[in-house]
Amino acid sequence: MTALPADQTPKGFAKRVLRPRGATFDPIFGFLCGAAATLLLAALTGVMISLAIGGWPAFAKFGPAFITSTRWNPSPDVVGGEFYGGAGPIVGTLITAFVSLILSLPIAIGVAVFLTEFCPRILRRPIGIAVELLAGVPSIVYGMWGLFVFAPLFAQLVETPVASWTPPPFMADFWNNIIIGDMVPNGSGILSASIILAIMILPFMAATLRELFLTVPAKVRESAYGVGCTPLEVVMSVTLPYVRRSAIGAVMLGLGRALGETMAVTFIIGNAHIFPKGVFAGGSTIASTIANEFAEATTPLHTAALIALGFVLFIITFVVLAIARALLGAQRQA
Amino acid sequence: MLKTLAAVLAVTLLAGTSALAADISGAGATFPAPVYAKWAEAYKKQTGVGLNYQAIGSGGGIKQITAKTVDFGASDKPLKPDALNQIGLIQFPTVMGGVVPVVNLPGIGAGQVKLTGDLLAKIYLGEIKRWSDPAIAALNGGVHLPNLPITVVHRSDGSGTSFVFTSYLTMKNAAWASKVGANDAVEWPTGQGGKGNDGVSAFVRQTPGSIGYVEYAFAKQNKLTYTKMQTREGEFVDPVAPNFAAAAAKADWAHTPGGSFYMLILDKPGATSWPITAATFILVYKHQDNPAKGQEVLKFFDWAYKDGNGLAEQLDYIPMPEAVKAAVRKKWQEVR
Repeated sequence: MTALPADQTPKGFAKRVLRPRGATFDPIFGFLCGAAATLLLAALTGVMISLAIGGWPAFAKFGPAFITSTRWNPSPDVVGGEFYGGAGPIVGTLITAFVSLILSLPIAIGVAVFLTEFCPRILRRPIGIAVELLAGVPSIVYGMWGLFVFAPLFAQLVETPVASWTPPPFMADFWNNIIIGDMVPNGSGILSASIILAIMILPFMAATLRELFLTVPAKVRESAYGVGCTPLEVVMSVTLPYVRRSAIGAVMLGLGRALGETMAVTFIIGNAHIFPKGVFAGGSTIASTIANEFAEATTPLHTAALIALGFVLFIITFVVLAIARALLGAQRQA
Repeated sequence: MLKTLAAVLAVTLLAGTSALAADISGAGATFPAPVYAKWAEAYKKQTGVGLNYQAIGSGGGIKQITAKTVDFGASDKPLKPDALNQIGLIQFPTVMGGVVPVVNLPGIGAGQVKLTGDLLAKIYLGEIKRWSDPAIAALNGGVHLPNLPITVVHRSDGSGTSFVFTSYLTMKNAAWASKVGANDAVEWPTGQGGKGNDGVSAFVRQTPGSIGYVEYAFAKQNKLTYTKMQTREGEFVDPVAPNFAAAAAKADWAHTPGGSFYMLILDKPGATSWPITAATFILVYKHQDNPAKGQEVLKFFDWAYKDGNGLAEQLDYIPMPEAVKAAVRKKWQEVR
């Protein structure tokens, strides 16, 4: 301090007075935030690269057949040896995720609209908390509930009647091949797994949508009511259009969980490594296949094939996100 | 205040490291995990040496012992002599169990349906599709089998149980051997996969006309409807403890390939030998980096052989015959 030239002191002094107290920490704060974001990106890239490297032996050995073939044979001692084709789990993942989304999205919107528009004030908190609690239930619990409680009921109340129904001739082919397939009426299968998934992703989407609906400025909604809109009209022409852009985030959150959900699906999907033969038939997903086989995968190729499936799941999630963003952009311009 | 805290911390750390130094660690098969836990508890009471066993699956156990992150690995699937020598391991059996076919047929109780290995393979291949099939009826005169489609249930997760079961089918049916083979996980020609014994038994319970397979202890404790199986001599036997022991006694443990204890106790001679019996194995290094630790591991299993039979039987495992234990103890001399 004493070494400072005398003529600069006032300038430095003035500077010090003008700078806000925390200013010295601003660059550090900025750096830390930047580091956090970089770390996230680095982790993402790192996971992706290591999955690609780990799965490379499977991609190199089977080429496009890894995506297109439905043969999944982990046994090295038979004719032809090990062969891994992931078409069954890949298609199973896409079907269960989208069916669960179709089932749960309307209900999630319903819950969110009810909570923001119709719900008596006294019920609002308890229902909101219930939704959040439901989101916190571990997936293994849904799996066990699905297997021991839901599946027997579903078999008795849905599958048995469905199996005994004779469709009119014009839709017999569609009914027997696409819907029923090789259904086993014990409550397991693609549709059961989708319903369990729908229950699991519902609270996530409902909670996020409710938060979004609450961001609609009160004066906008009140103006709508003021000009004589009914609640239905307010929801359809004010609330939903207002949050449409952010709502895709809520849907993505649900879809992401549905794509990657492991334990609950493993319990109930039937775990058949085949191309799904009907909505009621057994199938598998990428996540359930990995969960089933990773612990006991002894040959290097088997491990590589499972890691490669993980990589494919990564890509699927990425592409689905990209498509959603693109759709959103298109909507905004329209 | 800080000083006390530091002292407490130091003491805990020291206690922690000394306990760790004495404990032995293992990882692998889930099937024997309950009995290893029971043994560990009793052993710790007597000797103060604890066992930290992680039931991560046989594949994981082999990986971990190969990477030397544990003192011993455990596997339901024995390694072949080549594989053992390549890594420098020896293996030995600890306890036995077996695999039991279970069915859900309205009006049919445990032990009423008889099956052969060949029939079981044909059912799991999807060649025999209904319970009214003449091949099944021919074996089961006097039993009224319902005219239901057969729903095959198998394990969806890689499992030693599946390995034993598919090894048996491979032995009994040429088509199975060439098309499907024996492994922890195979390309199942038909049917549904349930996760774990629980998953299989839940699907079987919920599906009239279904057949599955589970570990003996699980079938017994849950009183599942098992089938009789045909022995090598053509008799039909129940899956009960003496019949597993009978099969084990007939296994020629003295002459395993390369003295490796590689042994599948499948389809052994003897009028009462349950044909799908299996042992579970421990893997340790022949040349221990830390010989004292290696001896600790062997001491634990020596104790288990000597004093652990009762605990194993309580949990419905079958202890190894004394002659086998003697051979294993001899093998242990190779560990240095």
